[in-house]
Amino acid sequence: MIFDLIATSAKLLVFLGVFLGAITPLMVWVERRFSALIQDRPGPNRLGPLGLLQPVADVLKFMFKEDVTPTSADRFLYLLAPVLAVLPALTTFVFIPFGPTVEVAGRQVALVVSGADAGVLLLLAIASLGVYSLVLAGYASNNKYTLLGGIRASAQLISYELAMTLAVVAVLLPVGSFHLGDVVAYQQAHAWNVLLQPLGFFLFLIAMFAETNRLPFDLPEAESELVGGFHTEYSAMRFAAFFMSEYIAMTTLSALAATLYFGGWDLFGYTERIATALAGVVGAEWFWMGAVGMAVLTTKAMAFMLLFVWVRWTFPRFRYDQLMRLGWKVLLPLALANTVLVAILILSGVL
Amino acid sequence: MLETAVFVVFALLAVGSALVVVLHRNPVYSTMSLVVTLVAIAALFVMLGAPFIASLQVLIYTGAIVVLFLFVVMLLNIGREEASQRGLPQKVAAGLGSLALLGFLAAAYLRLYGGAAQAPLSEDFVSMRTLALELFTDYLLTFELVGLLLLVAVIAATVLAGKPKDPPEPDGKRPEEVA
Amino acid sequence: MVPVTWYLLLAALLFTIGTAGALTRRNGITIFLSIELMLNSVNLTLVAYSRLLEDQTGQIVVFFVLAVAAAEAAVGLALFIAVYRHRRTIDLNRINLLRW
Repeated sequence: MIFDLIATSAKLLVFLGVFLGAITPLMVWVERRFSALIQDRPGPNRLGPLGLLQPVADVLKFMFKEDVTPTSADRFLYLLAPVLAVLPALTTFVFIPFGPTVEVAGRQVALVVSGADAGVLLLLAIASLGVYSLVLAGYASNNKYTLLGGIRASAQLISYELAMTLAVVAVLLPVGSFHLGDVVAYQQAHAWNVLLQPLGFFLFLIAMFAETNRLPFDLPEAESELVGGFHTEYSAMRFAAFFMSEYIAMTTLSALAATLYFGGWDLFGYTERIATALAGVVGAEWFWMGAVGMAVLTTKAMAFMLLFVWVRWTFPRFRYDQLMRLGWKVLLPLALANTVLVAILILSGVL
Repeated sequence: MLETAVFVVFALLAVGSALVVVLHRNPVYSTMSLVVTLVAIAALFVMLGAPFIASLQVLIYTGAIVVLFLFVVMLLNIGREEASQRGLPQKVAAGLGSLALLGFLAAAYLRLYGGAAQAPLSEDFVSMRTLALELFTDYLLTFELVGLLLLVAVIAATVLAGKPKDPPEPDGKRPEEVA
Repeated sequence: MVPVTWYLLLAALLFTIGTAGALTRRNGITIFLSIELMLNSVNLTLVAYSRLLEDQTGQIVVFFVLAVAAAEAAVGLALFIAVYRHRRTIDLNRINLLRW
């Protein structure tokens, strides 16, 4: 009991440390430098070498900015919305594994924070709670533009949730389990799911962009439309909460995409070999398994995040009716067709 | 001991937010309190050994149905309910009737099952495999019928809530062709 | 170990609260929310019984109740929108054209 508690806390701290402490500030920096590269301008380069301390400056700025609250805003809901944005973002990563099952002090420990049987299902369920922050932020600001932005954002989110869930279902069909560790084991035994289910990957990728409100699907929060969308009336730390929750959601979905389609913490079987080799030199095997697995997973997630930034500064954004039409009339039928196709392939013994 | 504490926490949360749903004047607050109630009930489902149903509850109910409620409340701009001038006898009657119902149910449960604790659950019960197998073999017809019901509901909702088509002009032309 | 009776009593309490709300309120949306609360208390009762009798049939019925509740919520809200378009109100005391 105590051992389980310590193990889970350690895993949680590792994940939080890597995701919150390292990846998210790095992402803020990457976004600004990479976008500058695409736009042929220098980007932030004053603070620290290559401008690496820019995220620190951003956080300090947010902390000291004046907190303006509209007087006629619905006070309780206005304060609740940023909290509701951060909670699902910070909770969903607990289902993603970062290593195989290792042996620590004589006991088997699976390198995933929550070993729940319904792993992916719970992840999708908690992620679907993120809709409320958008709607409440839009409503509570007592501003017709934010209300429209909030309603559009949440309609977009629940529409693309369908395509994403169906793509995930297609991945889970040959695996036979909701646990993400089993998905990684399946990909170790066969091939990466991106090769086995390319249509599903394509659908998941598009749905991923829509779920995080990133371009080309960011009409609800675009700078040139509806002022700032649902977060217009928020300033300082509350805006930082929305901003951070968007980046953390991006990170989690990238890690999920890497786990579902690109093998997760496994690198064609080399992860375990490298870990064992390193363990032969110094340190315990379970430590190196976790460290190398986390490094591989993070690298794959970072590749997706780079794709996020790249697409953002390359494509124009969708108009709202085009966005909804794409979600319901194109992606949903394709996702259904993908599921049926995968089912047929399983029954005929191919997958 | 821990289990009792967790149960009490979620039970109080569920009852408290249920009271807010029923009593609050502002429909937006009622809807958000319903979210809290549903999540508390999902936690209770997990404690009863039904993690699949708990995830479905959060995914379907809070993730989609209550969002739909929230949309309608906001789009129709439903304001706070004004206090009614009369209706106290009706409210008292409703309250007493509900309490009578509660008393009847409580008496029935306590008489039938007493306060005995249950044996721990087998791994088989909690897994989703057995549930899925039973669902797709014994209850396949119901499953298909419910799918059909959902399709009909989608069509009905689209037709009912869609924009009403303008009737044709007297000279037979459609409204948009006239001007 | 928590006796299953406690879950049943909690579900009965939630059902009562929902009933009282459905009978007392005038706002259509709040009545609808109370009905959803009643449906959820029924779900809790079914899962508690499934636990009591060690039979998963209860959970399967909950699955179907969830789907039916979704269908009902969709159609009900569409009806609200349609009624609102004509009567400009959701106050159920004013939507009374069929009352004799």
